Amino acid sequence: MSEAIQPRMIDFKPHEIPLEDFDISQRELWSEDLKMAYFERLREEAPVHYCKDSEFGPYWSVTRYADIMEVDSNWQDFSSEPAITIIDPEEDFPLPMFIAMDPPKHDDQRKTVQGSVAPANLKNLESTIRGRVQTVLDELPVGEEFDWVDRVSIELTTQMLATLFDFPFEDRRKLTRWSDVATGGPETGVVETEEQRREELMECLAYFTRLWQERQEQGLSNDFISMLAHGEATKDMSPEEYLGNLILLIVGGNDTTRNSMTGGVLALNENPGEYAKLRNNPGVIPNMVSEIIRWQTPLAHMRRIANRDYELGGQTIKQGDKVIMWYLSGNRDERAIENPNEFIIDRKRARQHLSFGFGPHRCMGNRLAELQLRILWEEIQKRFHMVEVVGEVERVPSNFVHGYTKMPVVLHPL
Amino acid sequence: MPKITYIEHNGTQHEVDAEVGVSVMQAAIDNLVPGIDADCGGECSCATCHVMVKEDWVAKTGSPEEGEESMLDLNPERQGNSRLSCQITVTEELDGLIVDLPEFQF
Repeated sequence: MSEAIQPRMIDFKPHEIPLEDFDISQRELWSEDLKMAYFERLREEAPVHYCKDSEFGPYWSVTRYADIMEVDSNWQDFSSEPAITIIDPEEDFPLPMFIAMDPPKHDDQRKTVQGSVAPANLKNLESTIRGRVQTVLDELPVGEEFDWVDRVSIELTTQMLATLFDFPFEDRRKLTRWSDVATGGPETGVVETEEQRREELMECLAYFTRLWQERQEQGLSNDFISMLAHGEATKDMSPEEYLGNLILLIVGGNDTTRNSMTGGVLALNENPGEYAKLRNNPGVIPNMVSEIIRWQTPLAHMRRIANRDYELGGQTIKQGDKVIMWYLSGNRDERAIENPNEFIIDRKRARQHLSFGFGPHRCMGNRLAELQLRILWEEIQKRFHMVEVVGEVERVPSNFVHGYTKMPVVLHPL
Repeated sequence: MPKITYIEHNGTQHEVDAEVGVSVMQAAIDNLVPGIDADCGGECSCATCHVMVKEDWVAKTGSPEEGEESMLDLNPERQGNSRLSCQITVTEELDGLIVDLPEFQF
């Protein structure tokens, strides 16, 4: 590790440091979970805020719910190209993917694959998902400590991904690894060097290229690879574009639901009154799932580039400027959500949150995510009085993936 | 007040008295009609208030504008008479309007 990437000490005084020195993207704020106080001050005093310099260059932060909605649904003025996270794409290693394309190309590629996670198809998946959740939960040790992230959250989301790709089941943890490598780098500790990261992603491409060839020779089936290999808008993609779209689908289906599976357990532990509500009324689970997704906001931000000068919140965003929509902040905005800092499983209008985004890029897998979380909680409630968090959680040191690497728990039987 | 009938995928009918000036989506939410989520609250940005307008009413409700069109276009279950109900405003003229609800919102 080089000097530059050693953790810096953060002077944590969110109410004293001048607003012009605010840089919410600093990793230390995220690993130590200090960002909420920063966001609160931004929403209050500078809801459209310009950070003139950061590890990721200059950028605007949009932190209020209504402003985020305005930017997110206006794809004409705010482009998703060439990337949708705060970090700029590497020029010599571009990974085009449809989430980072504007209409009409975005629409053509998305339509190729979205049928497999559309609600009509989910009906067919429900019994498979329930069977797997039952197996995973039944194999857990009761009364002794284990890591919920690894044994439940990662295992279930990885199994789901393997199904969606029709990926060799015994190799499924490769998908977890590629997801981590795609969203992390040497700075997050997931790999030693950038070269190692690229090598691993090229292994991913090589593995999936074999699957592509195999699926191309067979007729069209309902898995992502087959749909891409046969789709009019995708069958002639370059290798970079194939890899980019694979990463999109892997990360989209992996980091997100995984961290909501962990975050929900944590939130219920921090709010024992809500856990009691759940025990008394399992019918609240669908509503609770939306509240968990709001509470966790597993992807903390999305990024856009202004296509023209644009007035927002009394500020002028200049053409070409980088604009970060902080979903995590918007989901705590009291202007849009009543008592936003409280986790309330029977909250009214719980579906009205920003975690899936809005506009043409709205999460394609949102119904599948909700289905997986609903089934998980239905099956947990049939088996356990409590999933008790018994130690400190470890957080992903990222300002994009808002989640956990470890959460020690003990199960208490009914 | 104009009457609007929402027909669920299973055939269950909900006839409601809708206030003039609100959207067909809001009239459903106000009257607790199931099957419309309206996650974005009426901003034409989520497509979870999808309805199919009964053929006789298509002319009166008009056709989708660009923003609505682009959201509808991404729905694999879109029909020729599909609309986002947050984009149809209730008027006296729409008294008797009938819309079908899809089996699922996407």
